[in-house]
Amino acid sequence: MTVSPHDAEAVQGIVGDYRRRSAKRVLLVIAAALALFATVVIDIMTGPADLTFFRVVHVIFDPSVASPKEEVIIWDLRMPVALMAVVVGAMLGVAGAEMQTILNNPLADPFTLGLSSAASFGAAVAIVLGLSLIPGVGALFVTVNAFIFAMLAAMALFVFTRFRGVTPEAMILVGIAMLFTFNALLAFLQYGATELQLAQLIFWQLGSLSRATWAKVGICFVVLIIVLPYFVSRSWALTALRMGEDKAAALGVNVTLLRLTVLAGVSLLSAVAVSFVGAIAFVGLVGPHIARMIVGEDQRGFLPLSALAGALILSGTSIASKAITPGIVYPIGMITSLIGIPFFLSLILSQRKRYWQ
Amino acid sequence: MSGLKASGIHFAYGDRPILRDAGFDVLEPGQLTALIGPNASGKSTLFRVIAGLLKPTGGQVHLGAIDLATLSARERLKKVCFMPQFFAANAALTVFDVVMMARKNLQGWRVTSEDMDAVGHALHEAGIGHLSPAYISELSGGQSQMVSVAQALIRTSDVYLFDEPTSALDLHHQLSVLSQIKNAVQQRGAVGIVALHDLNLAARFADKLVLLRQGEILAQGTPADVLHLPALADTYGVDIEITPGPRKDLVVHAYAS
Repeated sequence: MTVSPHDAEAVQGIVGDYRRRSAKRVLLVIAAALALFATVVIDIMTGPADLTFFRVVHVIFDPSVASPKEEVIIWDLRMPVALMAVVVGAMLGVAGAEMQTILNNPLADPFTLGLSSAASFGAAVAIVLGLSLIPGVGALFVTVNAFIFAMLAAMALFVFTRFRGVTPEAMILVGIAMLFTFNALLAFLQYGATELQLAQLIFWQLGSLSRATWAKVGICFVVLIIVLPYFVSRSWALTALRMGEDKAAALGVNVTLLRLTVLAGVSLLSAVAVSFVGAIAFVGLVGPHIARMIVGEDQRGFLPLSALAGALILSGTSIASKAITPGIVYPIGMITSLIGIPFFLSLILSQRKRYWQ
Repeated sequence: MSGLKASGIHFAYGDRPILRDAGFDVLEPGQLTALIGPNASGKSTLFRVIAGLLKPTGGQVHLGAIDLATLSARERLKKVCFMPQFFAANAALTVFDVVMMARKNLQGWRVTSEDMDAVGHALHEAGIGHLSPAYISELSGGQSQMVSVAQALIRTSDVYLFDEPTSALDLHHQLSVLSQIKNAVQQRGAVGIVALHDLNLAARFADKLVLLRQGEILAQGTPADVLHLPALADTYGVDIEITPGPRKDLVVHAYAS
C-alpha cells in the first residue's frame, strides 16, 4: 500500500486530534481530583473553630503540628464526615454510571431499581418495630437492616431477570415494581409508628453524614476498592454495550453475563452507601450525567469522572449543609436536590449535543 | 487458512424454524460472496450462527479443517468478524474511540502510537476522517453505517460477515463501501460474505451468490448462474429480467408481478 504525503498528513491530523482529546481527558480527571481535595479541605474548615484553608492543609500533611483541639476537630470529628461524603459520593456516582450503562437508560440510579426504598424499608423495620435482622450488631442495627433489604431487593431483581430474560426493560420494570412495593410497605409501617419513631425515620430518609465514623469510611472504601477494579477490567465491554447489544455481542461481549455481574457490583455499592448515609437522591443520577457531558461515555473517562463528580457533589453538599445557617446541619438529601438541580438544569440547557433521545 | 463451509444448519426460535438444512459449498479465501434472499429468509440468522452468536440445533461450520463449534466464543470471534445489521447507536462515543475499541479487541486501556495510526488510516481510507471527533449520536444513518464497516475492517480476521452494509447509504457510498470490503477481502485472503438486498450490487461485486429462501439455500454459484435461475423471480415474488450491461456486467430489472 502506498501512502501519499497528503494522506499521511491527513492521518497525522486525525491522530494528533485524538492525542489532544486524550490529554484533555487526563487533565480533566486530574483537575476534578484537585477540586475534590479542595472541597474536602473546605468541608473540614467549615463550622465553628475558625480554621483556615492552609492550616487544614498543613495539618493534613503533617498531623504533628495540630494543637490538641485541632486534632480532635479535624481528625476525629470532621475528617470522617468529609471523607464519608467523598467515598459515598464516588460509590453512588459509579453505581449510577454503570446502572445507566447496563440498563441503557439515562434515568437509572439506585432509586429507580428500588434499592433505596428497600433500604428505607429495612431502616423502618429497625426503627419502628425495633427488629434487628441480624442479632448482636448493637447500635448499627438500622444500618444493617437497611443493607440487608437493599441486597434482598437486588437479589430479587437478579432472580426475576433470570426468569424474564436479562433485558433492560425487564430489569427496569421489576425495579419500579419493587420501588412501589417497598414504598407501600414503608407507608404501612409509618402509619403505625409513634411520633418519635416517625421523626427518626424521616431523619434517616433525608440522608445524613453526621453519623460517619472512621470505621464506616473504611468499610465503604473497602467495598469501593473491591468493586472498582472489576468495572475497570470490563470497561471496554461496558463502552461497547453503549453501541447496542448486537454490536457488543459481535465484538465478543457476553452481554447477559456482563449485565448480571455489573448489576451485582452496582447493588453492593448502592446498598452499602444507602445503608450508611440514608437515601440520598440525585447523586447517582446526576454525577454520571455531568461526566457524560464533559468526557462522553468512553469508560476510560466516564468511569473515573463519574466517581469524581459524585464525590464532588456530595462533598459540596456537605459544605452547604453546614454553611447555609451557621450552627445548623441540614440533611444532605435535601441539599443535593435543592442546590444540584438548578446546576444540573443549567448544564443541560447549555449543551448543544443530545445524548439520549 | 482455507475456505469456509457450512452444512446442514438448522435453527429455530421456539417452534418457528428459521434455518432448515442450510449449507453452502466451500467459499474460497480472497473471494466475496453475496448472500441474497427476501426479508426474513434467514440471512441474519445464518450470519449469527457462523459467528457463533447463535447455537444451531444441527449442522456444522468449518473453516478449513477446524469445526468452529470447537472454539471458545472469544477464539471464534477472532476468526470470524461479524458486522450486525445497522441500527443507529445513541451514545456519546467518538468515531475514533469506537473504531479503536474494535482495534483493541476490547483488551487493555493502553493505546499505542501504532494503534492510533492504524485507526487514523482506517478512518481516512474509509473517507470518514473528518468525523473522527464526532459522537456517534450525531451521525446520520449513512455515516454510522460507514463507521460500522470501518469498525469491522480494522479487525484482523479470517472471515468477514457484513449484514446489509449498504442499506443506509447513497449511491456513491454504496459503491465505495463495497469496494473497500472487496479490496480488504482480496488483500487479506479472507473469506467475505455480504448480505445484500440490491441484486445489481450483488452481481457487480460478488464472485459468488448464495440465495436463501425461507431458511433453505435455494441456489449457489456465479452471479450469472444464480441470477438466470427462474426460481429467483419466484423467490422474491417479482418478475425479473436480466440484460447485459454496458460494461460486460449484468443488469437486473425487477417488475411487480
